[in-house]
Amino acid sequence: MQELNENINKVYDEAKATLTPEVVEFINECLQKERSESELINVLHKVQAINGWLSSKQLDAVALLLDVPASQVSGVASFYHFFRLKERGKNIINVCLGTACYVKGAQQIIDKITELKGITPGETSQDKLYTLDASRCLGTCGLAPVVIINDDVHACVKPEDIESLLARYE
Amino acid sequence: MINIRIDGKPLSVADGTTIMEAADSIGIRIPRLCYHPDLSLEGACRVCIVEVIGVPFFMASCSVKVWEGMEINTCSPEIREARRDIIELILDNHPKDCQTCQRDGNCELQRLAYLHGVRERLFEGKRKNLPIDNTSKSVVRNPNKCILCGRCFRVCEEVQSVSNLCQQHRGFNTEVAPAHSVNMDESVCIQCGQCINVCPTAAFLEQDHTERVWEAIADPEKIVVVQIAPSIRAAIGEGFGLEPGTPIVGQMVAALRKLGCDVIFDTDFSADLTIMEESHEFLQRVTKGTGPLPMLTSCSPGWVNFVEKFYPEFIPNCSSCKSPMSMMSALTKTWYAEHEDIDPKKIFNVAIMPCTAKKYEMARPQLADADGTPHTDAVLTTRELIWMIKCYGIDMLALEDEPFDSPMGLATGAGDIFGTTGGVMEAALRTAAVKLSGKPLEELEFKDVRAVEGLREVTVNVAGTEIKLAIANGLGNARKVLDSVKSGEKEFHLIEIMACPGGCINGGGQPYPPTGQYVLNKELRAKRAEALYKLDKDKKYRSSHENPDIVKLYEDYLGEQGGHKAHELLHTSYTPNYPRGV
Repeated sequence: MQELNENINKVYDEAKATLTPEVVEFINECLQKERSESELINVLHKVQAINGWLSSKQLDAVALLLDVPASQVSGVASFYHFFRLKERGKNIINVCLGTACYVKGAQQIIDKITELKGITPGETSQDKLYTLDASRCLGTCGLAPVVIINDDVHACVKPEDIESLLARYE
Repeated sequence: MINIRIDGKPLSVADGTTIMEAADSIGIRIPRLCYHPDLSLEGACRVCIVEVIGVPFFMASCSVKVWEGMEINTCSPEIREARRDIIELILDNHPKDCQTCQRDGNCELQRLAYLHGVRERLFEGKRKNLPIDNTSKSVVRNPNKCILCGRCFRVCEEVQSVSNLCQQHRGFNTEVAPAHSVNMDESVCIQCGQCINVCPTAAFLEQDHTERVWEAIADPEKIVVVQIAPSIRAAIGEGFGLEPGTPIVGQMVAALRKLGCDVIFDTDFSADLTIMEESHEFLQRVTKGTGPLPMLTSCSPGWVNFVEKFYPEFIPNCSSCKSPMSMMSALTKTWYAEHEDIDPKKIFNVAIMPCTAKKYEMARPQLADADGTPHTDAVLTTRELIWMIKCYGIDMLALEDEPFDSPMGLATGAGDIFGTTGGVMEAALRTAAVKLSGKPLEELEFKDVRAVEGLREVTVNVAGTEIKLAIANGLGNARKVLDSVKSGEKEFHLIEIMACPGGCINGGGQPYPPTGQYVLNKELRAKRAEALYKLDKDKKYRSSHENPDIVKLYEDYLGEQGGHKAHELLHTSYTPNYPRGV
């Protein structure tokens, strides 16, 4: 019986270790509220903010600690486009594919990144350094073609600039 | 009261009535698909749309409540056309394989398409093509046949509180699946099969064991030993067009002999045996403190799965007795084989069960020989048996009654009532009370524990001792009672838990009800239960300890109750299953 209880406690400890103390504390705050399960999306936002995506282990941990069935946590996470269920790289490359950028050669930039790093939009490089995303218009057509890496905006990018540009983000 | 008109007919109905309920009350059955009277409203399929005068769009009658002066048309040409279009669009994303589908002839979608005049498939669009999940021991999930009506995940959450299933992803890619779309075997599914019972199509089905049974029957080397669970006799008649609640015993035995089964035993016999062991274990726990209280019954494998996955802290409370099925299977390959001088390897044990989780139970490593061969070789659901009898061409209802075979065919009424909620409790009380008081019972029937609607707490006085009991059916109710014990709010001596609502009579393997009737229906359950109580009443022996063949089995082979031999053959163990379900 004692061993059984220890094992059950271990399951909870492991779930807590999967998330950060900050998230665990936030979940505990949510549990004080009347309809704590409606805080699920807020919790998932917090978890994703830490490493950029949601692993199934993290989703299971949220389910256990917030006391919401894992199938529903996974259902919510897979429904919303914002939640990412695939691992993200250290650097997020966002290439604008809006009309102006496209006309000015944004597709060639994407092709170059695919050639150099072997990733297409939505994918992460094997060394986990880069994730490639494509956006529609970013609203700065005067700077076309635009590439945003993390929080830095790079204007008038040419395919031949890509290699040295990416080298700055290793 | 609210005054409305349906198809020109004025009527008044109570405030809060839906359009569908109002129409039902005057004999107009608006077509429906995702609707289920015992589950929450989903409003997903739009098949039940009606025209409300003054409203510019069609409304789903299942979820719109009537208002004063409402005028409703349920069957105008526009409505009929719109409904037919909706059904055609549902069919567009559904395989065209009705003739080879297991639900052919009792599929709600097929029936609806016929009724609404869909005679050709006009739309040809993209169709989902997802892998069939065949990994579970009990439940096969075929997402291609799923129409996203949501009955399965509603029953899984609302009735069973398992919540294994939920819609995953979005739009065209939506799929009903366990968390992270893992396969059913890795999921927290407890294999009760209620998703199969409520599914209108063949998106959920049981694992088919009929082929291995046909093979064993055809093999001259094999001795096919069949056992029939108590609740089968309460429901099998429905598969042959009889009214629910018509008990069938002798004709079923005759049909199994015609199929080619060699020996036909009664699981009621081993239910008696379970009561002998379980009541002994219970009295030991009460009088000598040999184990924790409350003791929990353990004959429902869906419930055993639930405790292992969701409430591992209650494992020490579970009775170590095997289920009647597994007791019988262990005995046929040991005692019966010795008794008849046959090689146990030649015995092929088939169990006819109302349950899909029994297909999982038979594969539990705890219930196998030392070399890993399972004691039970095949589990057929009631549906599968009905199909086999029809496939052979046997006119079961024209057969003469035949008796079960000896030495495991004689059972008491206590065994019969095992198949319904409260039955195990009543059977245990009949024996435990006699043992505790040392004298025969004045009143044999414990009516307080019968016809439990989900959850009931009862205190009985046995020989001056107050015994606190609880009976729960449906795992949502099991959760409630376990939580109340865990928090210290309630104390019990004995709790009977059945995974399925109503007990085995409403198990995941029982016949699909006819059109317009629903599987969780209380009246249907009550009729099936009544069949078992009737069988009990007509029995010569009604308490397990009176069964002369059981007494003889202990004298000749098993020795004492709870003794060494009994422990070896009739008891089992449970293992917590992590990660724990939520």
